Amino acid sequence: MTALRQATEVVDPVPGAGAPHLPQQPDLVQLLSPEGERVEHPDYSLDIGDDELRALYRDLALVRRWDIEATALQRQGELGIWASLLGQEAAQVGAGRAMADGDMAFPTYREHGVAWTRGVDPLQVMGLFRGVDSGGWDPLALGFNLYTIVIGAQCLHATGYAMGVQRDGAESAVLAFLGDGATSQGEVNEAMIFAASFSAPVVFFCQNNQYAISVPLERQSKVPLFQRAAGFGFPGVRVDGNDVLAVLAVTRAALAAAREGQGPTFIEAFTYRMGAHTTSDDPTRYRLASELEEWKLRDPIARLKAHLSRSGIADAAFFDSVDAEGDELAARIRSGTVDMPDPDPAGMFDHVYEEQTPTLAAQRAEFVEYHASFEGGEH
Amino acid sequence: MTSPSATLRQFKLPDVGEGLTEGEILQWLVAVGDTVTVNQPLCEVETAKAAVELPSPYAGTVVELLFEAGTMVDVGAPIITIDVSGGAVPPPAGPSAAEAEPAAGLIGGPAPGGRTSVLVGYGPRNTDAKRRPRRVPVAEGATDVPDAADGPAGRPDPEVAPLLPTAPDARTKPVRHGGLEVGRQAEAHALRGDAATSHGVAHGRGRLRPLAKPPVRKYAKDLGVDLAMVTGSGDGGVITRADVDAAASGTASALAPRPASGTESGEPGRAFGTESGSGAGGEERIPIKGVRKHTAAAMVASAFTAPHVTEFLAVDVTRMMKLRTRLAARPELAGVKVSPLLFVARALLLAARRHPMVNSSWDEAAQEIVIKEYVNLGIAAATPRGLVVPNIKDAGRLSLAELAAAIGELTETARAGKTSPADMSGGTITITNVGVFGVDTGTPILNPGESAILCFGAIRELPWVHRGGSGGGKPKIVPRQVTQLSLSFDHRIIDGELGSRFLADVGAILHDPGAALAF
Repeated sequence: MTALRQATEVVDPVPGAGAPHLPQQPDLVQLLSPEGERVEHPDYSLDIGDDELRALYRDLALVRRWDIEATALQRQGELGIWASLLGQEAAQVGAGRAMADGDMAFPTYREHGVAWTRGVDPLQVMGLFRGVDSGGWDPLALGFNLYTIVIGAQCLHATGYAMGVQRDGAESAVLAFLGDGATSQGEVNEAMIFAASFSAPVVFFCQNNQYAISVPLERQSKVPLFQRAAGFGFPGVRVDGNDVLAVLAVTRAALAAAREGQGPTFIEAFTYRMGAHTTSDDPTRYRLASELEEWKLRDPIARLKAHLSRSGIADAAFFDSVDAEGDELAARIRSGTVDMPDPDPAGMFDHVYEEQTPTLAAQRAEFVEYHASFEGGEH
Repeated sequence: MTSPSATLRQFKLPDVGEGLTEGEILQWLVAVGDTVTVNQPLCEVETAKAAVELPSPYAGTVVELLFEAGTMVDVGAPIITIDVSGGAVPPPAGPSAAEAEPAAGLIGGPAPGGRTSVLVGYGPRNTDAKRRPRRVPVAEGATDVPDAADGPAGRPDPEVAPLLPTAPDARTKPVRHGGLEVGRQAEAHALRGDAATSHGVAHGRGRLRPLAKPPVRKYAKDLGVDLAMVTGSGDGGVITRADVDAAASGTASALAPRPASGTESGEPGRAFGTESGSGAGGEERIPIKGVRKHTAAAMVASAFTAPHVTEFLAVDVTRMMKLRTRLAARPELAGVKVSPLLFVARALLLAARRHPMVNSSWDEAAQEIVIKEYVNLGIAAATPRGLVVPNIKDAGRLSLAELAAAIGELTETARAGKTSPADMSGGTITITNVGVFGVDTGTPILNPGESAILCFGAIRELPWVHRGGSGGGKPKIVPRQVTQLSLSFDHRIIDGELGSRFLADVGAILHDPGAALAF
């Protein structure tokens, strides 16, 4: 939460423009400058009330607090691994809040912010990373599919689901999440080709956080990612991924177009992963601290906070209350995670089929017997 | 977390990556007596993957640091004891936001430089996995039943045949399982103290494949090594790359022990291959590649393209050897090796100047003979990699000292295996020195593209008809230092006459170095 309280400084309004390792970044949709000034964009307007603005801030701050606690818990041996979203809160919260009831999201393994907006209990996500659960939420009830670890695979699922929506004649849209690295994957390209061919109601929301683990974007793509959409035959738009308002507006428009039958859109949310790829990664091995410092000046939360403060939409009491709520959330996540019971190993047989098959029942019995053969312990 | 007492908590080194087994405590960020809050950084730990700060899971007072900075600690070992009696046990609530911040800001942030390398993503385990102890299975009487632990739920799987030679079983079938099951069998027997372990498991010939990992199988195949003939030295009799190497190099110890006739030959499970006839007179198959392959191609091309003629000449080089001693003492030649080869090279260069046609090549395509105005003098060298023929560029322009230095450098480079392709290309004529092997002479094959090659034999003291007084004296049989020269040449270009004159000139200079003045 350091970044939460840091003073905002005047920097160039276009992320990446000052970063020598990145190409010039034109065509960036922005509604909130890094200094917290509301700016207008000819194609994307956003009519938003003060309550909604404060709610967005609360989302961003709580999601970050959750992420920080999860990272700490991993370092304390309480999680097997954690994929941090630090720096990508606005892209995720903006996209998640753009979804309507009935819309379906297909996340990667980093979409904790989207999970939050869809009503997934953080502890269900924590159970996944603690390794005691395979993902316990109801994807259909929440409109949020289970996390997908295989890079890019969820794009095929999303396109297929969207084609199903199309055949059902339903008026809902599908939001497929992916990272910049996934755009180099075959599945993602196949998904986009199918989506284009069938005008499927799917929006590809790519968080370009600049690195595919350690490989910088310029090593993967000779053109800005959003321009690739043209090759598939649908619109591509680049949005400032650290501007929650712009992300909200652009994603809303894309989802609306999908629902109206206008087919897919590719959104490149231009952002930055301020933390490590996962807790197993050491980003100091492949990027400079100065780059991180530069992106801290474009912090998505500080930006909205500056806007809320300056325009008088929120006062210190509001921010303090959000901080306090964050600490309560963190404490709940901490105790809830540490107290999670280890699962029964035999439980893996329970959810394969709705009704147990004789073969599986026999395997289960063998498995239980096998575990009982070990000394000192019931499993 | 174990708790030594009601209010003491120990923090065990967690696996901060995936599958890490240890980490080095780089530095402690707290000291004994310090009050710490939840998520306050306690220490900096470097693992195989990253250097990270470990935040405290407890709020309380530091009682003890269990390892000094710089210590490598196993994952799971307690590293710090914290007394949490000052607060609730354990403190359920997180720290105040302000206190939590340092940890938060630092995690994933830039770390000081000078780290050792880390990996991104999954890394291999550095240590062997430990198996949990198993409950001892109840003996079922028959020893030929596989360990109850081997089949799921202790049920003998008919598909997993008993593999050990001591346990022939009517149900035995060729095992289709991979190394894992076999390894487990071996391990099970090792645990039971069964003497017949790895050998038997690995060599149940005709019943199961020898145990080796796929790359080793490929390696053995490439080297022509029959894995059934190799004794594995790895765990459970697994054949390692080193075992294959040893077998390939014909080390007797690497070959599978052959049963003494009569004692074990009656046991069908112990047939190691002697019965199949591949006994002591084995063969070694060496893949044709690298320098050998190149040499073979060059020699075949040369032998079947250029019709070779070889001529021989015995030369009394006693005077040359005397001159060598005198020259070696001269300051111009200090620091270089004045070898017989140097004289041969010099003689060849002088003779070639007189007979330029020997320094030529046959251009079949252009239907032209190309006479080189420079001599790139090749010296055939035996190296660890095989035969290479680097050449000295424009050797005819070099002084004796320069030539000596060039030969020295060339042979040194070749012996070090560092001869570059450029060093080996563009040769025009070659010397091969078989004398260094104590051999008198040979019929060398031309280096492709060249038209002559001079073979230089050993210099021996031989009984020789010698006339003293510069050849004008009475003939006497005396011991003289004699060498053999042979010259192979391309008869398309060089007739017997030219070849003979050239060889005679080389011989004349070596016999009487003073003759060089006439050239």
